[in-house]
Amino acid sequence: MSKQSPLHFHRMKDMPSTHLLGTGTPTCAGCGGLETLHTMYDILGKKTVFVNAAGCMTLLSVYPFTPFHGGWLYTSMASAPAGAQGVRDALDILLQKKKLSADEDVEVVVITGDGTAYGMGMSATSGAMDRNLDFIYLCYDNEGYGNTGQQYSPATPHAARTSTSRGSHGYPGYKKDLFAIWAAHNPAYVATVIAAEPLDLAKKIEKIQTMSGPRMLISLAPCPTGWDYDPQLSVEIGRLAVQTGVWPLKEYCDGEVRHTKVPKQRKPVDEYLQLQGRFRHLFEPERDVEGIAEIQARVDAYWERVESE
Amino acid sequence: MTRKLLTGNSAAAWGARLARVDYIPAFPITPQTEIIEDLAAWTDRGEMDARLVTLESEHSMITAAGAAASSGVRAFTATSSQGLLYGMEMVYTVAGWRTPFVMVNVSRGLASPITLESDHNDIMAARDSGFLQIHCATCQEIADGVLIAYRLAEHPDVRMPAIVNLDGFYLSFTREPVDLAEVSQASAFVGEYDPENLQFKGNSPLSQAMAVLGGGPYSYFRYEAHLAVQRALSVYDEIIDEFEDRFGRRYDMIDSYQMQDAEYVFVMLGSFSTKARDAVDSLRDAGWKAGLLRPRLFRPFPQQQLGQLLQGRRAVAVIDQNISMGMGGVLHSELATALYGASDAPLLASYIGGLGGRDISQQEFFAIADELRQADERGEVAAPRLLYTEHELTEMRKLQAIAQAEHAEIQQN
Ligand SMILES: Cc1ncc(C[n+]2csc(CCOP(=O)(O)OP(=O)(O)O)c2C)c(N)n1
Ligand code: SF4
Ligand SMILES: [Mg+2]
Repeated sequence: MSKQSPLHFHRMKDMPSTHLLGTGTPTCAGCGGLETLHTMYDILGKKTVFVNAAGCMTLLSVYPFTPFHGGWLYTSMASAPAGAQGVRDALDILLQKKKLSADEDVEVVVITGDGTAYGMGMSATSGAMDRNLDFIYLCYDNEGYGNTGQQYSPATPHAARTSTSRGSHGYPGYKKDLFAIWAAHNPAYVATVIAAEPLDLAKKIEKIQTMSGPRMLISLAPCPTGWDYDPQLSVEIGRLAVQTGVWPLKEYCDGEVRHTKVPKQRKPVDEYLQLQGRFRHLFEPERDVEGIAEIQARVDAYWERVESE
Repeated sequence: MTRKLLTGNSAAAWGARLARVDYIPAFPITPQTEIIEDLAAWTDRGEMDARLVTLESEHSMITAAGAAASSGVRAFTATSSQGLLYGMEMVYTVAGWRTPFVMVNVSRGLASPITLESDHNDIMAARDSGFLQIHCATCQEIADGVLIAYRLAEHPDVRMPAIVNLDGFYLSFTREPVDLAEVSQASAFVGEYDPENLQFKGNSPLSQAMAVLGGGPYSYFRYEAHLAVQRALSVYDEIIDEFEDRFGRRYDMIDSYQMQDAEYVFVMLGSFSTKARDAVDSLRDAGWKAGLLRPRLFRPFPQQQLGQLLQGRRAVAVIDQNISMGMGGVLHSELATALYGASDAPLLASYIGGLGGRDISQQEFFAIADELRQADERGEVAAPRLLYTEHELTEMRKLQAIAQAEHAEIQQN
């Protein structure tokens, strides 16, 4: 893929004012994953082909409608990166054989949920990075198998109630560190993002437009349906995820990890947790002091490690 | 044209080379691996202008093949047994994409228990996927079969992926003389890859493999695919005539041997049919009117053609190198469907043989012929049977005795 000259996002007013992605998609109101996709698509533009794995976003393109102006290919739950491999390789072959002009080339973008990225698609993703595939991967992480009714996934955070962790303490496991797993492959780029911090998101997308190789993004995707909160709170919950330090915004590039937005005074995790029905049992009928303290301690320990580096 | 002594695997690789494929997503598995090794050597040395990429699984490999064919290039891939099953989700999926490409399957028995030897249960698992299936019995047929498969798959009336099947060990590692066309002759036959409407590029939006809502559109697309596979029957006949004109070799969708006056007929798929061919010769020497039918095209299934060829025969033995648990031989069931209700249909007997590469002896073909004659006299066939000798059972009992003795020893200690 020949790389485009970047746009420049310094302030909020540099952000596109209208969306490129068509309206009327069947995603829920307040879907955090869709918001990330909007921003990404606005910047990447029409010369893209999205290669999708099974999940909520699969329903963006339902015959005969699509909100995309470019390409769309649904693969399976496990193999979207391999679909991207086939498309990218074919485009490269056609370019080389002069059957495609540079102008007709497109950026190949994988879009999957966390269930795929943290679990079933891990091997295909690892393989794509091993092969230094020139593609962008967007994982919208709603912390569960959303499309099947929000069962817990390898991305579900400790204590969250899901359809398969309804007990009084919620999900007993801990969210897997996909950023570290991806970074260990030493791809061109890895970042965590969130739609509620659009400038940080836009800058990262702007940056990867000029790069080639595997460019991997994990977007925390507040999900009113799966996390059980009023859709209008999506942006606030997203911001709180960053302000409490629960979702660190960072990037990995040239062998180094850099935090791109460090909360100066971290808010207590309560503020993030108590807005969401999936954590209600931590606050009602009475406060689970130990449970909340454990979550807080893990967040604090993370940032202590960051600050000591 | 050049003549080379080639294994079945090399013949398959040559087929891909002569079809001038652009893209080869690959993954190793015995007994297929030699195919991708040959192709890798040629692409490395620049003898073949193609890109070979080893994926991390067959699931990904088949995805990549379908995605590349959807993006405008001619793709080739190969697998076997567990690999085909590992990729099975995508076998069905890419067939629904209506992307023409060719996959070679080197048949091998499925786990469990584990074996490396030939058996058709792997390819039978792809039976209902939409992939066209061409089954080969010689190395020449493999090289030619790949070229024919591309023509068939890419035909505007078909547009479906195709599998060329060959038997592990019996063909994959057996050397036979193979006539190879010049690249120019092969290209003239296969033609350029025409992606039709399948190509991702800037300025021409394309959505592929979208979801549908409800059974209406779903049924429509599924049945369209079925009709496309069925159209491959008449298209096959056209292609085969052209192939014969160009190369002088003829590959009817059903290979008939000594069928002119045959009363007793063997029906088999793949290379084990060459054993039946020998048996037909010996049976004829002994005064039997024996014959053999071998469907080359298994999907689409040439029902009508088989029905016609079998009309008026006395009795037929289908020898299946596969077993559908709880039902029996797959080819037997399909042939029964083809013959049901036909006037003057022969008796149809079912045998399971050659599982996991187990040989089928000439004696056994004679015994089957005998049983067919008895069935004909009685007017009904015996129950389906596994070809298995007393001797094999004795040997098996010995193995079981060892296993039991070891088990007992462990329990005592
Ligand atoms: C092989 C396979 N297993 C299971 C499913 C069922 N399934 C469809 S979407 C989905 C959840 C995917 O979760 P995630 O990747 O997090 O995406 P989300 O649904 O949250 O958007 C599952 C399990 C499937 N489509 N394919
Ligand atoms: S369930 Fe969640 S992730 Fe899925 S569409 Fe609804 S809000 Fe978005
Ligand atoms: Mg999810």
